[in-house]
This record gives sequence, structure tokens and C-alpha cells, in this order.
Amino acid sequence: MTKELKFSDETLALANKIIARYPEGKQKSALLPLLHLAQAEFDGWLSPAAMDYVASLLKILPVEVYEVASFYSMYNLKPVGKCTLEVCRTVPCWLNGSEDLVAYLEKKLGVKDGETTKDGMFTIKTVECLGSCGTAPMLQCGAEFHENLTNEKVDALLTKLKTEGTRKTYCLGDK
Amino acid sequence: MGRQLLLEHINVAGIQSYEVYKQKGGYAALEKALKTMAPDAVMEEVKKSGLRGRGGAGFPTGLKWSFLDRKSTKPRYLVCNADESEPGTFKDRYLMEKIPHALIEGMILSSFALGANTAYIYIRGEYFYVHKILEKAIDEAYAAGWLGKNIMGSGYSLDLYMHIGAGAYICGEETALLESLEGKRGNPRIKPPFPAIAGLYGAPTVVNNVETIAAVVPIINLGGDEYAKIGVGKSTGTKLISASGHINKPGVYEIELGVSVEEFIYSDQYCGGIKNGKRLKACVPGGSSVPILPVDLITKTAKGETRLMTYESLSDGGFATGSMLGSGGFIVYDETACIVRSLWNFSRFYHHESCGQCSPCREGTGWLEKVLHRIEEGHGKMSDIDLLWDIQRKIEGNTICPLGDAAAWPVASAIRHFRHEFEYHVKYPEKVKDPKHGHYEPIMPPKKEEAVIV
Repeated sequence: MTKELKFSDETLALANKIIARYPEGKQKSALLPLLHLAQAEFDGWLSPAAMDYVASLLKILPVEVYEVASFYSMYNLKPVGKCTLEVCRTVPCWLNGSEDLVAYLEKKLGVKDGETTKDGMFTIKTVECLGSCGTAPMLQCGAEFHENLTNEKVDALLTKLKTEGTRKTYCLGDK
Repeated sequence: MGRQLLLEHINVAGIQSYEVYKQKGGYAALEKALKTMAPDAVMEEVKKSGLRGRGGAGFPTGLKWSFLDRKSTKPRYLVCNADESEPGTFKDRYLMEKIPHALIEGMILSSFALGANTAYIYIRGEYFYVHKILEKAIDEAYAAGWLGKNIMGSGYSLDLYMHIGAGAYICGEETALLESLEGKRGNPRIKPPFPAIAGLYGAPTVVNNVETIAAVVPIINLGGDEYAKIGVGKSTGTKLISASGHINKPGVYEIELGVSVEEFIYSDQYCGGIKNGKRLKACVPGGSSVPILPVDLITKTAKGETRLMTYESLSDGGFATGSMLGSGGFIVYDETACIVRSLWNFSRFYHHESCGQCSPCREGTGWLEKVLHRIEEGHGKMSDIDLLWDIQRKIEGNTICPLGDAAAWPVASAIRHFRHEFEYHVKYPEKVKDPKHGHYEPIMPPKKEEAVIV
């Protein structure tokens, strides 16, 4: 049996504040931000239960949430590691060594692009242009951009993330 | 360096905050407009300024504003397109992160001109930390009385909100953005009706890029005529250029439109020349969607005239020998870069980002990616080059939104100018299997006189 998912009081208050930004009857507009809240609150991914919960908050059909969640690349529809290393691979980053960066991460972590390390700590995910072309190569982890990366910087970053051991997500609140 | 209208105070400590922005002359344009100008007068200055959309299309902003349906009884909306995701473009992020109030002030000014009482800033999901910076700036503007009811006693009211996306390049297309803002998949709408008639929630809406909206502030400060004196011909004012690739000084530069491309690439004020003493090979001057130019056509046009950083000069020669200013995403390639691999990368991007509504784009971008991958990996045939040409022609102009064109143009231009490099991949499959083959044996484009222009 799955336990019932619910936002904390604090997140629910934020969700309601976001919903109020849109005109009466247009609460569906809040779907994208609310899915971000759900992903941050419920272990970094959107389970069917999490999506159903968001649908109930917005009083829309679950399918209206599924079709949106599957469209946008930032929503994870499968569980991911605590830290998803989103490496930009589009041309400006490629010109500055993003292929070497991915290869280095894959070797260092022992997993391929799209996979999660056995300890559940890291997922490697190559993504398209993150608007950091002047500071390439780069990766995003949670809301943070890590730019002008070298192997040494990657080593330091992985050590730091591992020591902290916390889940890195995009979060709209002040957390 | 030329005049800095947007980035003048970029290095001032604390310019992110309301106090410092205000000290440096911030909100003076808004105060001037609210106290001394009618909304139409603001719109008139924007028209006079000759400002053109800075997101990529270059459509005159004042004209776009004038299309807004004024007879409609529905509320009007201004939506800022901060979904910057054109590969090679990062100027909006820079502006929003460093001087958030420039955008906020521009939003209030533009909303006032348009008679909108609600405005949204749609920011791409990956810019989460910038979202936070802007939310803080909006709170500060409310606290200072620049937002909310009866702003500064003018009788004008405005609510401004942030809205975050979730990773979809297509949402930079204005109708896809509006769909997304309504909580749906980012599928572009069939036009007409244009957003000015039926936009957000079916109401009259203007969608403008971040830099366009921020530029309204100096336009009101200087006056439209003064602004129009900067630049060349119909390319007025200043433009933010995002410079990346094989250059010594990547970054965001504010240029007066009309600087020569040569100066932009080689001057220490801007890109500072090509990295590691290599030779310049190619350049994509306006974001991934615009045609790539080979070295001979970058600094000079086909007619031998100096190529300038303007809408007109960069497109001189049409698609046969020119390109576009686009979003100002200036990507520089040195001699080691493989054009086929670069194109495969771009085509993968468009395949990934196609929303899937129109068959030519959904299927065609996938075909482009696969055929290019085959050539790049050393399994290509000569006929594949013509196949690529055929596919891109069948995508261009046959889709609801310009993503199809954006996927086709890079392919057409790469084959047009670098056909020999595709042929090299077919002839020497063993050599190209190493993705770094360009480092051992650079392939330069043929001289202009020898090139066959199709």
C-alpha cells in the first residue's frame, strides 16, 4: 500500500500563493510550478500518486497532469539519484569539451548517461543548452550551475556533494 | 567600447538591489512616464526608437504593440519571454541575474504603455536561481510602490508575477509559451489569430523578449529619436551579444549595432580573437537556428563589403552567402571543429525539442539526426548528402511554427558551404571515427572563389 502523499503545510501555503497569481477559473496555469514543488517534496521525481495529488489541488483531471509532466524534460517520471548531474551537451559546450566531461563523469562514477550509481547518490543526465555557453563546459545540479569545469573542479564538486549527502532539487520556496 | 545602455552599471556593487539600482538612475524612466506621459506617448517613443525584437525575429516592437486589440473588453496582458534557450544565447540570463530591476522597470513601463494590468515573466525552468533573484526584485518593487494599486498616485495599477517553465525549447515560441503559461503542453498555436488579438486566456496579449523590454527603459530616458541615432539604418540602438565557442573572451557584450564583425571577433574589447592561436573556420552569428558562415563570408560579404553586426549586413546575400543576427548568440569555430559533428549535435537538439505536432518536423528532425550520425560515424554514403538536402527542404515552410525552419537552415547552410567536409567523411570513414579528427587534420572550407554556391 502506498502512503497518501501530501504537501507540508509550508509547501501547501506556497502552492496556494502561486495558484492565486492566475485569474479566477484559470488555476490550471499553476500546473508547471506545482509540479516543481511536488518533485522537490516527493523524492525528486513525479510518481503517478504525486501527479494525482497535484491534479486534485488544481481540480483538473489526472490525465491533464500526465500529458504535461511527460512533455517537459525537467520532470523525472522515474526515481533518480540524490544529485542529478545535468551535463549540457549542445554545440557551445561541445566546442569546449563537454564530451570529455561526460566521459570523465561516466568513468569516475562507473555509470553511463541516464543511469544512477548503486548508492543512489548520482544520476548522470545529458541535457540540451542551459544558457551557459560563455562558461562552458558546465553542469547543473539542483538549482546550481557549475561552470568552466575541469576534471579537478568535478572531483571537488563530487566530493562536496557526497559529503553533504542531501538531495539537490529545484525548489521554489526559501528552503 | 560603444555606448552601454543596458549594461552601463553592470559592475556596480549591489546593482542587483533596488536601492543601488535606484541610486544609479533606475526607475527614473518609469517616473517620467507615469508623471508626464500618456500610455500612447510611451508607445510612440518606442515606435520612433526603431527598436526591433531582441529574441531573434527582429520584428519592430512598436508595430507589434500597435496590433494589440484595443476594442476588446477582455483584460490585456504583457508576457515577458524569458525562456531563453536558443543554443549559444545567454544574454537574458546575464541581464536578469545582474540587473533584475532593469527588466522589472521595463515590464512596468511596457505594461503602462499597453494598458495591461497583469503581467507575467515566463522564465525557463533551468534558470531557477534567476527566478529567485527576480522574485526578490519584484517584492522590492512592490515595497517601493512601483507595483500594485494606483502606482505612485498615477491611477495606474499593475500586478507582476513570475512563472516558471520546465525545460522545453519550444516554449520560446510565443504561442507555445502562452499554452505553457496556461498549464498545457508547449504546442504552438495556428496563427492567425495572433496573440495581439487572442493570446493568454484568449485575451489581447503582447509577448516580448527580456532584452526588448529592458530596452524600453533607455528609450524613455533618452527619447525614441535619440535612441534611433545609435546604430546603422534600420538596426538602431544597442544589442547584447552572447559570445561563445573558440574565442579568448567568451561572455555577454553590449554593442552599438554597426560594429564590424571583424572588430567584434578580434578586438580585446570583445571576443579577443581565436583561442590557442588557431585559425577561424566558421561562425554561427545569431544562435543555432541561423545559417553557419564559412571564414570567407564572416568578416566580408560576398560582394566584398565589410560585414557589420546589424540585422541587414549579417543577412546580406540572403541564405546563399549570408546569415542572420537572430538572438545574437555568436558561436565561433576554430579549425579543429568538425562541421558534421556540430550539425549532428544541432539536429539532435531540434529532434529532442520538436513538440511533435507537425509531421515534417517531428519525423524530419529525427531523420536529419540519424543520417548525420551515420555520416559522422563513418558509415555514410555520398547520396546521404543529397538526402539531407532533400529532408531539410521538405521541413522548411511546412510547419506550424518556425522550429522546423530553425532545424532546416543549419543543415542547408552547412551543406552549402561545407559540402567537401561531408564528402571527406564519406571518403575517409576510418579517419572520422575519432571524434577529435579535426585536431589532427583540420579541414578548412575551400576559398570563396573555389566554393560552389547552390
